[in-house]
Amino acid sequence: MPLTPVITEHWDAPDLYTIDGYRRFGGYRALQAALQQDPDAIIGTVKDSGLRGRGGAGFPTGMKWGFVPQNDGKAHYLVVNADESEPGACKDIPIMMANPHALVEGVIITSYAIRASHAFIYIRGEVPNAVRKVANAVRQAREAGLIGSNILGSGFDLEVVVHAGAGAYICGEETALLDSLEGYRGQPRLKPPFPAVAGLYASPTVINNVETIANIPYIIDRGVDWFRQFGTEKSPGFKVFAVSGHVNRPGIYEAPLGITMAELLDCAGGMRDGRPVKFWLPGGSSVPMLTAEHLDLPLTYEDMAAAGTMLGTGTPMLFDDTVSVVKAVTRWLEFYKHESCGKCTPCREGTYWITGMLERFEHGTGEPEMLETITSACLQIGGRSFCALGDAAATPYPAAMKFFRDEFIAATSTPVDETFDPVASYVFAGAAAR
Amino acid sequence: MTITSNTGAEVAKAETIAVTVDGVGIEVPKGTLAIRAAELLGIEIPRFCDHPLLDPVAACRACLIEVEGMPKPQPACAQVLSDGMQIRTQQSSPVAREAQEGVMEFLLLNHPLDCPVCDKGGECPLQNQAMQVGRPTSRFEEDKRTFPKPISVSAQILLDRERCVSCARCTRFAEQIAGDPMLELLERGAKQQVGTATDEPFDSYFSGNTVQICPVGALTSAAYRFRSRPFDLVSVPTTCEHCASGCSLRTDSRRGTITRRLAWEDPAVNEDWNCDKGRFAFTYMAQGRITTPMVREDGALRPASWPEAIAIAARGLAQAGSGAGVLAGGRLTMEDAYGYARFARAVLGTDDIDFRARQSSDEEAQFLAARIAGTPATVTYEALERAPIVLLVSLEPEDESPIIFLRLRKASRRRPATVVAISPVRTRGMDKMAATWLPAAPGAEAGVLDEIMSGGSLAETSMAELRDRLQAPGAVILVGERAADVPGLLSAVARLADATGAGLAWVPRRAGERGALDAGALAGLLPGGRPLTDADARDAVARAWGIDAGSLPTAAGRHGTPLLQAASRGEVAALLVGGIEFADFPDPSLARAAVTATAFVVSLEQRHTEVTELADVVLPVAVVAEKAGTFLTWEGRPRPFGQVLREDLAMSDAGVLSMIAAELGQPSPGDVPALRRELGSLGPWSGARATTPGVPAQAITARAGITLASWRLLLDSGAMQEGEPHLAATARPTVARLSEATASHAGLAPAALVTVSGPRGSVTLPWEPAEMVDDVVWLPLRSPGCGVFADLGQVVGGEVAITPGGAA
Ligand SMILES: Cc1cc2nc3c(=O)[nH]c(=O)nc-3n(C[C@H](O)[C@H](O)[C@H](O)COP(=O)(O)O)c2cc1C
Ligand code: SF4
Ligand code: SF4
Ligand code: SF4
Ligand code: FES
Repeated sequence: MPLTPVITEHWDAPDLYTIDGYRRFGGYRALQAALQQDPDAIIGTVKDSGLRGRGGAGFPTGMKWGFVPQNDGKAHYLVVNADESEPGACKDIPIMMANPHALVEGVIITSYAIRASHAFIYIRGEVPNAVRKVANAVRQAREAGLIGSNILGSGFDLEVVVHAGAGAYICGEETALLDSLEGYRGQPRLKPPFPAVAGLYASPTVINNVETIANIPYIIDRGVDWFRQFGTEKSPGFKVFAVSGHVNRPGIYEAPLGITMAELLDCAGGMRDGRPVKFWLPGGSSVPMLTAEHLDLPLTYEDMAAAGTMLGTGTPMLFDDTVSVVKAVTRWLEFYKHESCGKCTPCREGTYWITGMLERFEHGTGEPEMLETITSACLQIGGRSFCALGDAAATPYPAAMKFFRDEFIAATSTPVDETFDPVASYVFAGAAAR
Repeated sequence: MTITSNTGAEVAKAETIAVTVDGVGIEVPKGTLAIRAAELLGIEIPRFCDHPLLDPVAACRACLIEVEGMPKPQPACAQVLSDGMQIRTQQSSPVAREAQEGVMEFLLLNHPLDCPVCDKGGECPLQNQAMQVGRPTSRFEEDKRTFPKPISVSAQILLDRERCVSCARCTRFAEQIAGDPMLELLERGAKQQVGTATDEPFDSYFSGNTVQICPVGALTSAAYRFRSRPFDLVSVPTTCEHCASGCSLRTDSRRGTITRRLAWEDPAVNEDWNCDKGRFAFTYMAQGRITTPMVREDGALRPASWPEAIAIAARGLAQAGSGAGVLAGGRLTMEDAYGYARFARAVLGTDDIDFRARQSSDEEAQFLAARIAGTPATVTYEALERAPIVLLVSLEPEDESPIIFLRLRKASRRRPATVVAISPVRTRGMDKMAATWLPAAPGAEAGVLDEIMSGGSLAETSMAELRDRLQAPGAVILVGERAADVPGLLSAVARLADATGAGLAWVPRRAGERGALDAGALAGLLPGGRPLTDADARDAVARAWGIDAGSLPTAAGRHGTPLLQAASRGEVAALLVGGIEFADFPDPSLARAAVTATAFVVSLEQRHTEVTELADVVLPVAVVAEKAGTFLTWEGRPRPFGQVLREDLAMSDAGVLSMIAAELGQPSPGDVPALRRELGSLGPWSGARATTPGVPAQAITARAGITLASWRLLLDSGAMQEGEPHLAATARPTVARLSEATASHAGLAPAALVTVSGPRGSVTLPWEPAEMVDDVVWLPLRSPGCGVFADLGQVVGGEVAITPGGAA
């Protein structure tokens, strides 16, 4: 299956990030067309396109917009989730660096559709370059009369605020993001009320991922049929896949949904040194791992679910046989322990405990009974936590145990660094170390 | 805990829905939470973060239950029930049971094994629920998270962070209930902890409630920490003696010593809360007590036996007879106040009696007689919560009646702009009640009220709109005791209430004032609001007292300043004095002169005071914990309470008065049941009442100087707060408040001191800019370093001078 560059089509143009560069390739044409339409018609188009959220959960975007009560006389807000902090996920930041105007154009069209007069782009604070690129794009758009009052004579007013986060994974969770944006400590909010009814400043709010919003101009410009020619019935369209790990050419590959991992891996130049794939994750650390036998599955929301995992952010991470799965799982749990916001008991305490136990295995001092304890601790977290971070923290271990139980047993007596030379797994180690 | 819905009191009337809990059908009001529905069936779902008066957070996850049709277990504390919903608790759902057990295991992982030394041990929700749903042994073998312990979040409240279960009850209480969001959860993950900003301690008037609702021993009070174990305590339900809010309390004692006091649930009054004064200020009861009667001999007091002292007191008082006066004080129980009221009229034959140890006026006495004394409680806390508008006149609820403050804050969270406050200063308390501020210089308040009546306008506020709002059903006007400072104000308040039909309530500060008023401890007023000048009223009272109506005084006696003035001129033959302090009177030296100049003074006191030093006979009386009694809340609601310290033989004021009466051959009831019986037998008065005063609002004459505004802070130099340094350390600092314009006009530098001078002297203290009326200075009335009456010799509304007071 060929690659289908859309958002990434002109990434090699050195000035794509400027408004002139973007316009040279048809940028802001969609906006002009959108402003001629009724906002509801745009919501209808996005519904018909079947676009699903690219932030991880894959929620149908048009349906989400439709939840916002219209003509209620209240302020509406659009919030773009650009907090991309999931281990392995690196697609939103490249989009913002290379093609920020696609995001900005999407923001203007979406705001028009949901009748928001303020939009916020909440960007992970650790990537000042992305913040600068997007802030610059917003400034250029404002100077060009595309943001501000009476945009292109349509009577539509919009202000766009670029906000940098302060370094917490949980602030990517949409309601924690809203709290953070309002100036509070980022912790998820109790739902209901859902953001579509009472979100930012208790007003109806749509929260979408960067890639979701960057899709919008292309769908409006080229139409539903064009969009639906890619992908499957349930997963229409294309996806900015970010492939990482022990592949020869890690990077961004935009392809139709439904491409298999094997095909994507080919695009990425195969595994380094021709080593076998040991395990891989379709979309960030929060989705259960698969193995080499799953490489031919289509990368769609439905096929990944059927395989017991999730497409997630669509950013596959591949690991070769130099990697200790015990160590990988321990690192992820350390991440979740560190990023747990602390609000709810299962995630706060569970990640602390499981991490402690896993670290014993990493050092070869785990006790065999502890494996069951970790399993039950994961069961006590999953589905019992306040937000999806807890659920995510409970996934790596059970998935790893499904495929690599023996490795955990071995780690009851031998430190993993003795079984797996850590240097061999380094990507930067160079051929000599391998 | 109170079973009310978080969605509001209106729920009671709302439609009901049918749900099943563990297969048992039950009808509940729409909007009911699953955890409350289960409670109604007697099913206790484990919980930590849940609290019926706090907004749900669903953070602890201890309460997970199964809800039919939902894939994951749901927190019962946040699950709003809808019609037909079927829920399963741990009683019938293995999923719920396992989920709850899992959470309990997690909660105990990092919990220290402090139980043997923890204040909460024995009454700890974590201990109790761990017994219910916990594992017998721990599977946790890692290192527990530790913190240096404890840290102070205020001078009074200590925090052992490793005990905290992050339930956010304390932080939600601080933010939602008290409106003092100085406690916050900080950090994340297992490092999450409660804390404060660096220079902002949790100096909330309500901080002690967090100790009480903390479901573990993480929050403790410096006052009680390590003092006792719950199972060693004897607990008695009591009523707070500190203010007219009338909180229900529980007083715990061990071997005759009070160890702590807690807020006791009363949905009609204090809900689950109280203020820190009521909670922590009880050590005064054990300090400086008078242990034996004393009589004056050769100019000095010497201990005496009870029979001797009673005999001398009886003889001296009888000699004075109708020439005697009575200063009862505002801290008495209703029964004790009744004892004074009865003794004055029936035994002495005098009507020279007053309970108001504060600034007072004739107009006030007339207002109280006409509108308040003996009236049933109609304006209640519940009425405040539902009122479409509450107009506050001369009342700063956060300082002067904290539970009114909490109720109004609660109301304002649902309906902002309910409260309108007339005051010279815009206060933080007003902001916390989302109140509209109507500025008025001290003395100008009555004019503002008349302005409302006539529908004029003041600043941006439309007075006509205010008047219309006051005409709505349920509208309330609350007037504080400070209204007596302003001639014409109480008259104007009554006029406005009559014109609009708004409910009217008078809010005294001291716990005993309303009871004393209703008991008849004010000249001109017999018990139950009966006018002394009314022959029918006198007849009824005389019948109840078993005396000849002809022996009762028929003309209203003296009260307030005129009574003190007469005494200071030696015109009062004897004074019977209850618990008063000179410094509480607008002219402390006049009060002192009154006692000094009177030939024979009998003092009934708990502790050695300036009055006992001057008295001829001193008779020790019981503190509140040593007797039973009743306080009336500002609403007029009786709050009976029992005796805490039972071994104590100290006698109540009424008991001592009954002994004196007996000595004079005039038996009268002395114990609480008999006093209550007799008072009850009088019943309500349905005859004519005194007429409402009609003092016109004073025209404000322009003055060159600065006008003094003042009221008492909740925590100040009050005698009943002695001996509790941790509490005192959480008091608001003693500062003067002025508008920026007034300060700059007086040449005050920022962060410098100001000197405020009155006729008698001056005080120098730090000042703070405030949003307030120009040419007014606000001072705390009786705080450390600033006693307005004693140090300045000026009254509220009087003229003072301000000058720079040097560097701070
Ligand atoms: C812990 C956590 C972190 C998340 N981080 C992100 C993120 O960085 N970016 C993002 O778009 N969505 C993130 N999400 C998902 C969002 O909550 C939300 O589903 C998404 O922004 C919706 O946008 P979409 O419908 O366009 O996918 C996160 C969710 C969780 C639970
Ligand atoms: S699962 Fe709970 S502790 Fe973890 S991030 Fe979400 S709310 Fe915070
Ligand atoms: S200190 Fe107590 S009340 Fe506050 S969060 Fe911790 S456990 Fe809850
Ligand atoms: S509010 Fe008043 S009655 Fe209640 S505890 Fe405080 S001082 Fe006592
Ligand atoms: S009591 Fe329900 S989550 Fe805490």
